[in-house]
Amino acid sequence: MFYREAGDFKVSYQEDSQTFPIKFDRVRYYVVLAVAFGLIPFLINDYWANAILLPFLIYSIAAIGLNILVGYAGQVSLGTGGFMAVGAYACYKLMTTFPEVSMFIHVILAGGITGLVCVLFGLPSLRIKGFYLAVATLAAQFFLVWLFNRVPWFYNYSASGQINAPERDVFGIIITGPNAPSWATYLFCLIFLTLCAIVARNLTRGTQGRSWMAIRDMDIAAEIIGVNPLRAKLTAFAVSGFFIGVSGALFFAIYLGAVEVGEAFGITKSFLVLFMVIIGGLGSIFGSFAGAAFLVLLPVVLKVVGVDVLGWPTDIVAHFQLVIVGALIVFFLIVEPHGLAQLWRVAKEKLRLWPFPH
Amino acid sequence: MSDQFLFATEVFINGLMAGVLYALVALGFVLIYKASGIFNYAQGVMALFAAMTLVGIMQGQVPFSHIINAIFGTEVHHFGWHVPALMAILLTVGVMVIFAWLVQRIVMRHLVGQEPIILFMATIGLAYFLEGFSDLMWGSEIKTLDVGLPQGGSFWIEDMTAGLGSDNFYGFFIDQLDIVATVVAVLLVAGLVLFSQYTKQGRAMRAVADDHQAALSVGISLNFIWILVWSVAGFVALVAGIMWGTKSGVQFSLSLIALKALPVLMLGGFTSIPGAIVGGLIIGVGEKLFEFAIGPMVGGATENWFAYVLALLFLVFRPQGLFGEKIIERV
Repeated sequence: MFYREAGDFKVSYQEDSQTFPIKFDRVRYYVVLAVAFGLIPFLINDYWANAILLPFLIYSIAAIGLNILVGYAGQVSLGTGGFMAVGAYACYKLMTTFPEVSMFIHVILAGGITGLVCVLFGLPSLRIKGFYLAVATLAAQFFLVWLFNRVPWFYNYSASGQINAPERDVFGIIITGPNAPSWATYLFCLIFLTLCAIVARNLTRGTQGRSWMAIRDMDIAAEIIGVNPLRAKLTAFAVSGFFIGVSGALFFAIYLGAVEVGEAFGITKSFLVLFMVIIGGLGSIFGSFAGAAFLVLLPVVLKVVGVDVLGWPTDIVAHFQLVIVGALIVFFLIVEPHGLAQLWRVAKEKLRLWPFPH
Repeated sequence: MSDQFLFATEVFINGLMAGVLYALVALGFVLIYKASGIFNYAQGVMALFAAMTLVGIMQGQVPFSHIINAIFGTEVHHFGWHVPALMAILLTVGVMVIFAWLVQRIVMRHLVGQEPIILFMATIGLAYFLEGFSDLMWGSEIKTLDVGLPQGGSFWIEDMTAGLGSDNFYGFFIDQLDIVATVVAVLLVAGLVLFSQYTKQGRAMRAVADDHQAALSVGISLNFIWILVWSVAGFVALVAGIMWGTKSGVQFSLSLIALKALPVLMLGGFTSIPGAIVGGLIIGVGEKLFEFAIGPMVGGATENWFAYVLALLFLVFRPQGLFGEKIIERV
C-alpha cells in the first residue's frame, strides 16, 4: 500500500539513481537521522551514552568496515582487533604530537594510516584464499598487538604501557577525556558513523562495489570478465581498513579514554566484530547496524536480568552470557544464515504486497 | 663443542617437544576437516572441556554446583569420593562421545551444505558455548591435573650430556612430561593410522573424506561417520588436554592453544595428518630458536606471533601448505 515503487514517479536522472528509491525508505531514513541528531542529544545521559550508544555507534563503524571486506569482497579477516589497535595508536600519536589540530582530522588520518597497514597485510590475499587467508590475518592480529606492547615509542614511553587520551576539543567543546559531556561525544561518533555509512552505501552500489562482489562470487570468473583482482582486493582492504581504523580511534579516544592494547584489542574483539557482521548479515549495510545493536544490547540485557532482577553472582552471569551468546550464534546460523538483514528483506517483500498475501 | 652450540641444541630439542604438543591439537582439526569440511575452531575449547571434566570426575566434584548453590542457597561442592585416573579417563571419553553426538544432532546436521565460513562461525559459537558451559559445570578456578605422568627435568639426560661442554654447561634440561607426550603422540598417530587403514569404520571415514556423495551412494551413513569423527576428535582433544593440563594447569588459556594450532595446520596443510606433525615440529622449533636468537634484541615474547608470520610468509610461496592437496580452480 504505502511501501512500493508504483506511483513514485522519477523525473530526473538524479532521482532515478538515488540511494533509497522507495519513498517510505527515504522518509524513514530522514526520520531516523532527525531523531539521532535532533532528539537523542537532548535526552542522553552518561549511563546511556557509555553503556549502549557509544559502543553501538563505534562498533557499527567497525562492522561496516569488516562487512565491506568479508561480506562484499569475500576476504575473511580475523585481524580486526589488530587493525582497530592501529587506528587507536595512530590517533594517540597524532593527538600528542599535534595537540592544536582538530580531532576530526586526527581521526580521519588515523583511519588512513590503518588503511595503509591493512593493505600491507592484505597483500598475501592475492595468493591465499578462504580459510588460509583467515588464519593468515591472525598474523596481523598477534603481530600488531605485540608491536604496540613492546615498542615504547608507540605509547610515548609511559610507565604503565597504557595510552591515555589527553583532553582535546572540537570548536571549543571538549570531546575526549573524563570531562567531555556525553552529548558531545555521542554527536562526534554519530557524525563519523553517518558519513561512513553514506560512503559505504554508495561505494557498494557503484562500480567499486560491483567489482568487489564479482571477486567474492568467483574470482577467476571476475578476472576473465575484466575485473582487476589486485585492485579490487586491495581497495577492499584499504576501505575496510579505513573504517576499522576510524572506529579504533573513536573506541580509544572517545569511548574508553585509556587503553591497554592486549585487553582492548585482543583476538576476542576480532571475533566480536565478525559475529556482528555474520549475525547482522553478510553484504548488507543495514545488517552491520543490526548486528552491532544486537551484540551491544545482549550483554547489557543479560546483566540487568541476571544480576539486578535474579540477583545471581556476577561471575555466574558472565559464564551464562558466554553460553547464551554462543547458543544464539549457532541458533541464528541454523535458522537464518543470512542474518538479521534477511529478516528485513523478507519484511520488505511482504510490505510491498500488503494487503495481499501473494 | 662450544657452549653456544649446545644451548642452541637444547633449545632445538625443547622446540621439538613443544611442537609435538602443538601437533596433538592440530591432529583433531585435521580429522574433522578431512571428514566433514568443517574447520572446527572449538577444538581447543574441547581440550579444555575434556581436561576439566577429567579433573571434575577424578575429584568427585558436583557438576553445576555453583548454580545449584546460587539458586537454592545450598553448599554442595563434592560427592566425597575420588575416582582412579584410568576410570576417570574412560568416563571422560564417554562424555566426549555424548558431546559429539549432541553436536552432530543439534548443530551440524542442520548446517549440512552451508558455506564453509558459516560452518566455521558455527564452531566459534560452539566454542563460546562450551567455554561458558564448562565454567558453569566445573567452576572457573585453575585446577591441577595429575593422572600420574612423570614431571620435571630428566636427570638421566642431564647427567649423560653434562660432559659435552665446558665446566659451566650442566647438560640438557628436558622435561620428562615432554618425552611422555612425544611417545603418546607417536602412539596416537600410529593408532589413528591403523584405525583408518584396517577397520571398517576407518575405511568408511576415509571414504567420506574423499567424496561425500559417493560414500552415501555405497551405503555409508554420513551421520554415523560424523559422530564417529567428532568422537575421535574429542578423544584427541582429551589427550591434548591431559598433556597441556598436566604441564600448565587446567585453565582458560588452554583453549588458546587452539589458535597456536592454526599456523601449524597452515604449514602442514589442512588435509594432511603427517602435515600436522611436521608442521607442529617446524613451528615448535622455529619459534623457540627465533626467541633464543632474535628475541632478546626486539624485546622478547616473539612466540606470540612468530608462528603466524612464518606461516603467512610460507603460504605466499606455497598456498596449500606442505602436504595439502593441490588447489585446482576451474571456472
